[in-house]
Amino acid sequence: METKYIATRDGYGDEILILGRENKNIYVVDCDIGKSCKTVPFSKELPNQHVNVGIAEQNACGVAAGLATTGKIPFVTSYAVFGSMRMSEQIRQEVCYPNLNVKIACSHGGFTPANDGASHQGIEDMGILRTIPNMTVCMPADYNATRKLVRAAAEYYGPVYLRFTRDPIPVIYDENATFELGKANKLMSGTDITIIGNGDVLNLAYTAAKQLEQEGISVALYDMHTIKPLDVDVVKEAIETTGKIITVEDHNILNGLGSAVCEIVAEAGKGIVKRIGIQDQFGESAPYESLLQKNGITVENIISESKKLLN
Amino acid sequence: MANKELVAKLKKQAQTVRLTLLDMIYKAQSGHPGGSLSATEFMTALYFNELNIDPKNPKWEDRDRFVLSKGHVCPVLYTCLALRGYFDTEILGTLRKEGSILQGHPDMKRCPGIDISTGSLGQGISVAVGMAIAGKRDAKDYRVFTLVGDGETNEGQVWEAAQTASKYQLDNLVVIVDNNNLQNDDTCDVVMPTLDLAKKFEAFGFETFAIDGHDMEAVVDALANAKTKNGKPKCIVGKTVKGKGVSFMENVVMWHGMAPNDEQYTQAIKDVKEGLL
Repeated sequence: METKYIATRDGYGDEILILGRENKNIYVVDCDIGKSCKTVPFSKELPNQHVNVGIAEQNACGVAAGLATTGKIPFVTSYAVFGSMRMSEQIRQEVCYPNLNVKIACSHGGFTPANDGASHQGIEDMGILRTIPNMTVCMPADYNATRKLVRAAAEYYGPVYLRFTRDPIPVIYDENATFELGKANKLMSGTDITIIGNGDVLNLAYTAAKQLEQEGISVALYDMHTIKPLDVDVVKEAIETTGKIITVEDHNILNGLGSAVCEIVAEAGKGIVKRIGIQDQFGESAPYESLLQKNGITVENIISESKKLLN
Repeated sequence: MANKELVAKLKKQAQTVRLTLLDMIYKAQSGHPGGSLSATEFMTALYFNELNIDPKNPKWEDRDRFVLSKGHVCPVLYTCLALRGYFDTEILGTLRKEGSILQGHPDMKRCPGIDISTGSLGQGISVAVGMAIAGKRDAKDYRVFTLVGDGETNEGQVWEAAQTASKYQLDNLVVIVDNNNLQNDDTCDVVMPTLDLAKKFEAFGFETFAIDGHDMEAVVDALANAKTKNGKPKCIVGKTVKGKGVSFMENVVMWHGMAPNDEQYTQAIKDVKEGLL
């Protein structure tokens, strides 16, 4: 069957509209980028549940907090760069500290706004928000996962950061796949090496894992869509079964998925991790694949690093 | 016009508020007396007259909301809440102590009657806007009041919030500016001139009221009048004196965030008691 490609921001736009129809307390707070964040259908059909504060992210976060105090479930909608950094302290003070039911839903995660250049490529966002108490941090790996995890975030009480792609990525999950915030999805079972990926580059890990299997290497593959709370049981199991872990993410290798996994492995005192991700450097306007390649986020490199760990 | 009896009662109440907040800051040996004293008339008029609230039911969904955007002057807010019966006045002695519901800046999770945690300047007004939008959308009659410092208006977010209030025609929102012309480092004129705040808010689409923020009658009237359903958010700019009522604190920058020693405390109490006799 031919692989379908859909941007996960479309998954957000589709699911938030359905959620809004079901529950009048679901709100979208836009910052003048509703068109590219796919919230226009929501704003047109449900204007009473929509607020557009203009290009004013800090205020958007505060307004959402105010709405949340009255029982609304606002989704502040922006790009990863602005939704994590421009409003970072507002998220800390007015959302996480009072533990209000505000969701931050951001498109343009990682290198996915490739030709926009470094200013629009949010590569630090998940790491920054991971350090704030009460925050949940999640990046779905495809359109179907996005639909399910946006719904899961709406049903969960508390702050959640959701990160989507601007550009189309392969659909790897079936429509009936199930997802739970904080619980990794197991895609392959294996005993030689464990690969833990998430977001738009999970599909690269998947391709690499399947090729390794063909070469007779037994691979366990997980989608760690939620990096906080991390599914610690999965990491502990990996330490015990394979003891060798590769992490794959479209995020700075500092403080993202790889770092979160390393924290568990270091405290366990055994096991080894190789982090594949953005090498603590800014991107540029370039094809998405080229940006990934410059940082070693490729099928070939995942295979090569896996073999190095096995030897 | 507010009736004379009410104004006299509130003036007396304001004196009690001042004495109580000075006592709590003195006991804690930490806190912000200057801005608490400049906001005392506003806070007294709100909590002992204007706000439609129920101390026995702090989360009552139809209540008026209050957001202390200038969160550091929480001693005056805690005092009003305690005197209104949200919690025992004895708790006021625990200000800034470990485990206290009275944190150095307001914490809605710990302290009953706090509608939102604040402390980082410029943010509370946005939260108040969100509450007011919800009130409009839900067709509720509650009003939302927020107290903002003049120094606080240095923060760009204040104006982001103001334009949003105007866009959504939040005539259920009242922004009160405590215009004492002092901020942390120096006077507003030296640190960052505020220019004419009433004109600025007017330019942002607000219906504005420029008053003497220590004239209780004017404060009561402005709060009562700031409710016309004309689609315009309201802004009351109250000209105030930082440290009002305490001779050695008035207009002295240092008293922004400092507690009085024994001698100063005695003098402060004497000043407040004499000031209104």
